Amino acid sequence: MKVTGALALLRALEHEGVEVIFGIPGGASMPIYDPLVDGSSIRHILCRHEQGAGHAAEGYAWATGRVGVCMATSGPGGTNLVTPIADAKMDSVPIVAITGQVPTPVVGNDAFQEADITGITMPITKHNFLVKDPALIAETVREAFHIASTGRPGPVLIDLPKDVLLAETTWSWPERINLPGYKPTTKGNQRQVVEAVKLIMAAERPVLYVGGGVIKADAHAELAKLATVGRLPVVTTLMARGAFPDSNELCLGMPGMHGNYTAVTAIQKSDVLVALGTRFDDRVTGKLAAFAPYAKVIHVDIDPAEIGKNRAVEVPIVGDCKDVIAKLAAELDARQHEAGGVPDRSAWLGQLTDWQRRFPYRYDQQPDGPLKPQYCVERLRALADDDTIVVAGVGQHQMYASQYWRFEHPRHWINSGGLGTMGFAVPAAMGAKVGQPGKRVLAIDGDGCFQMTAQELATSTTEKIPFITAILNNGYLGMVRQWQELFFAERYSGVYLDPDVPDYVKLAEAYGAVGFRADDPGEVDAVIEKAFSVEDRSVVIDFRVDPREMVFPMVPAGASNDDIILDPEGASPTSDPSEAPIL
Amino acid sequence: MSNATGGGGTLHTISVLVEDKPGVLTRVAGLFSARGFNIDSLAVGPTESSGLSRMTIVINVDTKPLEQITKQLNKLINVIKILEHEPGSAVERELMLVKVRASGDDRARVMEIAEVFRVNIVDVTASTLTLEATGKPDKLEALLSLLDDFGIVELSRTGRIALGRGDRGIKERVLRAAND
Ligand SMILES: Cc1ncc(C[n+]2csc(CCOP(=O)(O)OP(=O)(O)O)c2C)c(N)n1
Ligand SMILES: [Mg+2]
Repeated sequence: MKVTGALALLRALEHEGVEVIFGIPGGASMPIYDPLVDGSSIRHILCRHEQGAGHAAEGYAWATGRVGVCMATSGPGGTNLVTPIADAKMDSVPIVAITGQVPTPVVGNDAFQEADITGITMPITKHNFLVKDPALIAETVREAFHIASTGRPGPVLIDLPKDVLLAETTWSWPERINLPGYKPTTKGNQRQVVEAVKLIMAAERPVLYVGGGVIKADAHAELAKLATVGRLPVVTTLMARGAFPDSNELCLGMPGMHGNYTAVTAIQKSDVLVALGTRFDDRVTGKLAAFAPYAKVIHVDIDPAEIGKNRAVEVPIVGDCKDVIAKLAAELDARQHEAGGVPDRSAWLGQLTDWQRRFPYRYDQQPDGPLKPQYCVERLRALADDDTIVVAGVGQHQMYASQYWRFEHPRHWINSGGLGTMGFAVPAAMGAKVGQPGKRVLAIDGDGCFQMTAQELATSTTEKIPFITAILNNGYLGMVRQWQELFFAERYSGVYLDPDVPDYVKLAEAYGAVGFRADDPGEVDAVIEKAFSVEDRSVVIDFRVDPREMVFPMVPAGASNDDIILDPEGASPTSDPSEAPIL
Repeated sequence: MSNATGGGGTLHTISVLVEDKPGVLTRVAGLFSARGFNIDSLAVGPTESSGLSRMTIVINVDTKPLEQITKQLNKLINVIKILEHEPGSAVERELMLVKVRASGDDRARVMEIAEVFRVNIVDVTASTLTLEATGKPDKLEALLSLLDDFGIVELSRTGRIALGRGDRGIKERVLRAAND
């Protein structure tokens, strides 16, 4: 069958099972839009900014586990995708970005809207392609989806010059994928699994340090098995919230810079740390040399380059978390049976419970005092059901969301962890809603973040993709303000936004969404209930929260996790000699 | 190519077998700079198999970062295989062209050095001699330090290339820092 390159592209995307593309057209990509008129199983969602399209593709991928697709024209279209592509690289999100390019004869001539997008995105993609022959489009698409979705997932970009899209070719779907240099190791080595289990069996203070890889591998059931079988406490990083239910008594919640005392300290005092699909990021480890000083480390990851990158490892296991964790659970189960049961670690588990009781997340909401952001998150959680998908921006609100939301399921928490991209929430929430139309999607956003990508509310209205955005409006770039308060002697600079500008309720209405506002704690529940009752339109809630509130606990950047600060007064239980380690 | 983190380590020679695709050199070189590693030299050319190129890269790093860089290189889709050559386990050579000031008495002395080092004189002018030298890196260094006294006008080196000793090719060898 003779087809144009553009039609070959669409057919190939259909073959890959793509149901939706988030994009904006332009000169170089127009050939792709023409065959869409004749009908395709693919829905094109016209976004208002390519960055929005890219984050929407990410939100879709986070929520579904499938590859998200975004599309832009050459030049500025492509460069507007750079931020979401970099974001997807840092957080291992499977997306395929398609860009139009100027015609091949003028490539390199500074033609109108030319940008060397494969050159620009080389360091921020898992791989990218410039396709110069329409006959290669189908196989390139197949390879791109394979690369994006297997091994350690990540973004792949396909750049398509306009003449290649217009040229005729013969349609055929490649039978095989030919990528001789790409063979991710997915099966964990059984010998290493046995070594790991021996360490776990002998551990007095084990901790499972769980990262986003567990969710990407759909290994939550295997994780639950491992934790239950061994009665092993679990911490879930910012990327892994929901990988293990917060309601499980073995769940300690989030570690790291703004993690809770128990999760942070459990790692610090652990003697065996089982790192699963995680990369010892600096926001988790704090000062690396002081991180988990007593721990022997078992590190499971599909990316061999992560193993030993930041922390020396006793037992490395390269493989897919689903495979390896299942093997670990089975082996541990068998060996415990032989040994007559789970080792007695009641002292350790008791210590953890004691810490949880004494050092929970804390804030103080006075009934007639200023509205606290944490209270808003807690009330949203109380009135929402477990199946709500929560999406966050970047800043204080993101930390409050991760701290105070109780997650019960994987793929119900979506945020920008590695790159820390302000503006992520609104478009990612939209993408998540497209991927999971049956679930309620709630963005918990900052006033600063919201203003970076709020234009996608227009997309949400015209394309009928309703979701809720709760802005924790503190009138500030709050996280930066917090650092200025704590580390720059309260010399505030370049952080005041003004809570009244824009008027978020009017802005919501201007976009065809519904706007609500809550100024006082007493109004919060009613506003949330009103918001939850709107089904057919997006909602924006303007929560006017206390600009002075700060995120705690906190491990200052570069400090040891042992120097965790619990509150604005600087209380740090570990500096108290009565808190001497139980070692 | 060099950057701020340079020096400190030891020289390692690695061979990287890559698919001969557009941009592959940029991907490899870009990875080094993005991850903050020095390339001491890089030589690239075709191999015994069509569609595959071989890069020989000399890097100045400690063993630990070397392991990281080979793992990162391995993640490039177009990289087929990486081999680190243990010292002594590979034949390593480099080609160098060097133009030296050589008039008057110096001329005979430069020619004498050329003879001792068994290198060819490939161009002659009234005031200079151009030498073509191949050899192990230390031989070229020794030659250069002798020629330095006369005044080096111009120098061009290919960078090191290497093949493992023994009867096997790179494709049959296992990478040292393989999936452990
Ligand atoms: C694109 C981008 N620019 C700047 C930053 C630096 N930054 C991190 S958090 C933050 C403040 C975010 O403000 P807001 O959205 O109001 O959230 P808050 O911290 O007040 O909850 C800034 C500016 C960033 N992470 N991303
Ligand atoms: Mg703010």
